Amino acid sequence: MRLDEFPAKFPKLPGAMPIWHGTVDSTEFRNLCEQVQRGGGKLVALWGSDELARDAGYALHTSLVTAIGMLCLTLPVNAERPSFPDISDLFPAANRMQRAVADLLGLHASGNDDHRKWLRHGSWPGSVHPLRKNFDGGTVFPTETDAYRFVTVTGDGVHEIPVGPVHAGTIEPGHFRFSIIGERVLKLEQRLGYKHKGIEKLFESMTLEQGAKLAGRVSGDSTVAYAWAYAQAVESVAGTAPTPRAAALRAILLELERIHNHLGDLGYLGNDVALAFGFAQFWILKEDLLRMNHETFGHRYLMDRVVPGGVACDLDGKGRERILQVLRHLEKGVGILKDIYDEHAGAQDRFLTTGRVTPDLAAQLGLTGMAGRASGQAWDLRAQFPCEPYDKLDVRMATHINGDVAARVTVRFEEVQESIRLIRLILDRLPAGECLVPVADAPENAFGVGWVEGWRGEILIALHTGKDNAIHRLHPHDPSWQNWPVLEHSIIGNIVPDFPLINKSFNLSYTGVDL
Amino acid sequence: MYQIIKQILKTGIKTEAPPGPDDALRAEAQRLNKEILRHVGRALAIRHVDAGSCNGCELEIHALNNAYYNIEGLGIHFVASPRHADMLLVTGPVSRHMEIALKRTYDATPEPKLVVAVGDCGCTGGIFSPTNSLGDKGESYASCGKISNVIPVDVAVPGCPPAPIALLQGILTAISGGVKAGNPSE
Ligand code: SF4
Repeated sequence: MRLDEFPAKFPKLPGAMPIWHGTVDSTEFRNLCEQVQRGGGKLVALWGSDELARDAGYALHTSLVTAIGMLCLTLPVNAERPSFPDISDLFPAANRMQRAVADLLGLHASGNDDHRKWLRHGSWPGSVHPLRKNFDGGTVFPTETDAYRFVTVTGDGVHEIPVGPVHAGTIEPGHFRFSIIGERVLKLEQRLGYKHKGIEKLFESMTLEQGAKLAGRVSGDSTVAYAWAYAQAVESVAGTAPTPRAAALRAILLELERIHNHLGDLGYLGNDVALAFGFAQFWILKEDLLRMNHETFGHRYLMDRVVPGGVACDLDGKGRERILQVLRHLEKGVGILKDIYDEHAGAQDRFLTTGRVTPDLAAQLGLTGMAGRASGQAWDLRAQFPCEPYDKLDVRMATHINGDVAARVTVRFEEVQESIRLIRLILDRLPAGECLVPVADAPENAFGVGWVEGWRGEILIALHTGKDNAIHRLHPHDPSWQNWPVLEHSIIGNIVPDFPLINKSFNLSYTGVDL
Repeated sequence: MYQIIKQILKTGIKTEAPPGPDDALRAEAQRLNKEILRHVGRALAIRHVDAGSCNGCELEIHALNNAYYNIEGLGIHFVASPRHADMLLVTGPVSRHMEIALKRTYDATPEPKLVVAVGDCGCTGGIFSPTNSLGDKGESYASCGKISNVIPVDVAVPGCPPAPIALLQGILTAISGGVKAGNPSE
């Protein structure tokens, strides 16, 4: 099948986003992946499901993006020989996703010789696959220490620095293995999975209504983006559409989330180059925003405000004024701080050329989201596939081609400014009406996708429904899956003390990929 | 430089008054005697351990360092190693993959030490704790549930995530004399 025949042959999923879904065989699966890759498209997510109860073995699913939108492929997998074609040669980011599918579901990528585990450490045996339906999530095994095979670098003067899982600062746990010579990094290898807490298994014990709260806690710093993606997926299977007012409020919440994360990271980026002033200043602005969130919407991080059917909050005239007032304050403050960062020789010296990911490398490895835009990867759902209300806002995408810490700082500054502009526009034309409509019952065996441009990049929720509004399978996908492996590349040739700075400039989620 | 100084002066002092301790947050009676508390109270070193959170609780721990809460102004600071710490501030649920690391971090912290469990997840396992055949311990194949299932906890601060003021209150409660029965410092 030619790629452009796909949308004609398979149904478009109901809902706000251009997403098509079809079931294909393994030759076609591989063939379509190749065409997407050749055409400059990318891989968003890859996950598996247990369909034995439906007499259909297992299934492997993947989401690919092309210029026209998203193609979701489902490949039935034989229960006797549970394997699927490897696509990590086309999309390197697929490697860890495939290994996670092997750990959790026991489906293997044939033709790939990286058989190392990924999400499994020493807490359950390799013969156990937690996402199989015959596995009871409450089973507890004795925890053993994990023997993971790192790639070793040898040679004169090469040595290793192991870091983590408990890090020196207030960050999430993960293990970094640096191979260095002098101060220079030859290789970084990551070992993640420490935060695996069985989120996907937990979803399968929930109804569509219950799942909303958990979706908002896959990665707390992106709670709005996840909750919105979850709502989109549920609304797609249920055939419910949010009101224009709800859509507008969702976008306000999402942009507020983008702003608070960028402000926090811009502060830490100052801190990491010994400009403690930057931390103090940006975190005052961030706190001012969080307090406004609390007063106006009832939660500092806006958790549980976006729900299937709409939003669980509203905005009155007073709230509107309060938002506008904080935006004025932020715009002014961020403007002053941008000038100071730009002119600060010490900071720029550390930012420029540090942790560089060239556009070529970024394209090859599939670097996505905010970090991708700083390396010339011009993808932003809000601009390319805008749903309501973005379709009327003409979102200006921030891009840069230098791919270094400085570029990621610049993109963040520009995105803060753009988000302020967008919120003002939305407030200007905020539609009247209901905020929440009842969600219809979802049919069994339906498939829905939510796809939202969070502050870090595109968040995907893939939902397979069961009986009586239950969740049969749910895969939440964080853009950090794509970007963690690129971070390994970005540090090569840099010095060890620059790692915290480079790491912060990406600020990837651990919980979002450990699940 | 001139711009920086100008901005600092214009910003002024933002720090607000800290909350008092709240004995309702105690999971255990105060174990430390007055002498020790008098010393740590002036220079408390905290090691944060994320044992499996959704990272929401971390956002509020970061906020403790901002100018409004100014935790360092109270003599409390975050340190890079458990060996330098008087207190572990632990978010969770404790994932099974972090169980050993959390125990080792606890063992590496010198006595006398305090543990503050953070957030609904740290207190009870929260949303990540399924009700299952294991009863109210909230365990699963991947999660050990609440922090006190793995290491002893002195003070537990609920909230999802708990606001910085609540965290500060929990930390201050842990280093205050307290009135719960059996308190050796009274
Ligand atoms: S208490 Fe809430 S914010 Fe904290 S880790 Fe749990 S879900 Fe996240």
